[in-house]
Amino acid sequence: MAETDAMDSVATMSFEEALAELESIVTKLEQGRITLDEAIGSYERGAALKRHCEGKLREATEKVEKIALGPAGSISTEPMDPA
Amino acid sequence: MDEKASPTLLPNVPEYSVGEISRAIKRTLESDFRQVRVRGEITGFKRAGSGHLYFRLKDDEAVLDACCWRSSAARLTIAPEDGLEVVCVGRISAYSGRSSYQLIVDSIELAGEGALLKLLEDRRKRLAAEGLFDEARKRALPFLPDVIGVVTSPTGAVIRDILHRLRDRFPRRVLLWPVLVQGEDAAAQITAAIEGFNRLPERGAVPRPDVLIVARGGGSLEDLWAFNEEAVVRAAAASSIPLISAVGHETDFTLIDYAADRRAPTPTAAAEMAVPVRSELLARVLDGSARLEGATGRFLDHRRDRVAGLARGLPDPVSLIETAAQRLDDRSERLQVAIANLLERRRAMTAECGARLRHPRDQIAAKRQELVSCVRALDGAARNAVAAIGARYDRLGAEHRLANGIARLLRDCAGRIEKEGRLLESYSYRGVLARGFALVRDGEHALGSVEEAKPGMGVTVTFHDGDVGATIDGPDPGKEKPARQVSRPKPPVRQGSLF
Repeated sequence: MAETDAMDSVATMSFEEALAELESIVTKLEQGRITLDEAIGSYERGAALKRHCEGKLREATEKVEKIALGPAGSISTEPMDPA
Repeated sequence: MDEKASPTLLPNVPEYSVGEISRAIKRTLESDFRQVRVRGEITGFKRAGSGHLYFRLKDDEAVLDACCWRSSAARLTIAPEDGLEVVCVGRISAYSGRSSYQLIVDSIELAGEGALLKLLEDRRKRLAAEGLFDEARKRALPFLPDVIGVVTSPTGAVIRDILHRLRDRFPRRVLLWPVLVQGEDAAAQITAAIEGFNRLPERGAVPRPDVLIVARGGGSLEDLWAFNEEAVVRAAAASSIPLISAVGHETDFTLIDYAADRRAPTPTAAAEMAVPVRSELLARVLDGSARLEGATGRFLDHRRDRVAGLARGLPDPVSLIETAAQRLDDRSERLQVAIANLLERRRAMTAECGARLRHPRDQIAAKRQELVSCVRALDGAARNAVAAIGARYDRLGAEHRLANGIARLLRDCAGRIEKEGRLLESYSYRGVLARGFALVRDGEHALGSVEEAKPGMGVTVTFHDGDVGATIDGPDPGKEKPARQVSRPKPPVRQGSLF
């Protein structure tokens, strides 16, 4: 249950936070100063963080739109050809 | 009749009606001053509801009304305001209905860069005093924004440069709010764009940007003037979305740069500030991932090795039991043998003791025999001892040696006493007296010096053969001999002290 919560929290993390935590987990594992149970948990969380970071980086798609003002001050967007 | 009444008037001067003369003046003014440049300070500026601008130009001698129609106003490169020193280009127009003339302004330029810079500095100081440029107001840019809002011209190099650099680093969703970046309307549009982005709801149809870039390419001070306008600066300072200003080239500074959260020297640099480099981040994630795998593997291997190592150290339980069983067998065998040996040794000792036991009768007889021989030996020894003592006494001859010893001792003592008496006598002052000296005494006290001998004092003079009484007469009359006489008793005094 708690583990699912932990994994859920990864999904809402910013890329920056996720990357920072992944690096801290790796450092902790490399130093080896944790228990076996912690090591397993850390690995699983590290793997989730890595997937999350990769996902964020995969999202890197370009999309350029132009703001169009409607008659009553309404705002919409229209695609713009990035010249 | 005019001719008669005013003979001085020139009869051949044509007569104008007011309308005619006004038209003539208007014609003259407007043809002669069709294209003029007028320098002066703007005063009484106001923008009418129609969009026309009305103001006056003045210098220290005169004042000139001026008017700028809406169509021209939209093309002005600067926003006129009171106090500005300007050069207006236009034509003079007369308004016959009020006998007045005015300058119809087509364009306005600032009278000099110095004046403009002074205006800029005054405005900067005023806004800084309000705290608009405080460091504490600056917000950090997001590390990786999802949406980037750009306020700039939709055409031109600036937006292309920004999009190009974003694509290189980390393609993102970009919302462009197109604005004029120069001219009368530019400031109002830029202000509206910044405020418009900030008004977008968090999860609306149009995504709210995570960061804003307000950009324009390089240009003259006048070209960039919109970014110095107070409304633009205030909108940038008030933006709740972190804002990057990128106006002009590196050396150009506009007031929006002070109010922005970050100032980029160029539009390209603004794009670099807005997003990190994707490939670098990917490399970091992959590196982290590889290290995660490696570290976890090593962590487990290390523990597995330790378990195996420790297991090797554990002894074989079967051999443990066998050793123990062997030791048990050994001990039980030794137990059996030891008990048998112990009993055997005790039995032998008992038999030996029994053999040494003798009957009491025999023991009594033996002891009696022993007693008899002891008594005999004692008797003989006593007899021998008495005989030996008697013999020793006889050998000493004690009685005779004792009598001789005492007689000799007495003789020795008498001799020593006599000798000591003689010695004593020889030391006595009486010996001195015997040689003819006398001792003078006052009672028992021997007089030792003339001071003690007071005149009239009765003294005793002792010679070797007896005492005689005498009286001291006084100081010595004869000087020589009696003085020696009196001083002579000294030795007896010294001798007396010997006793």
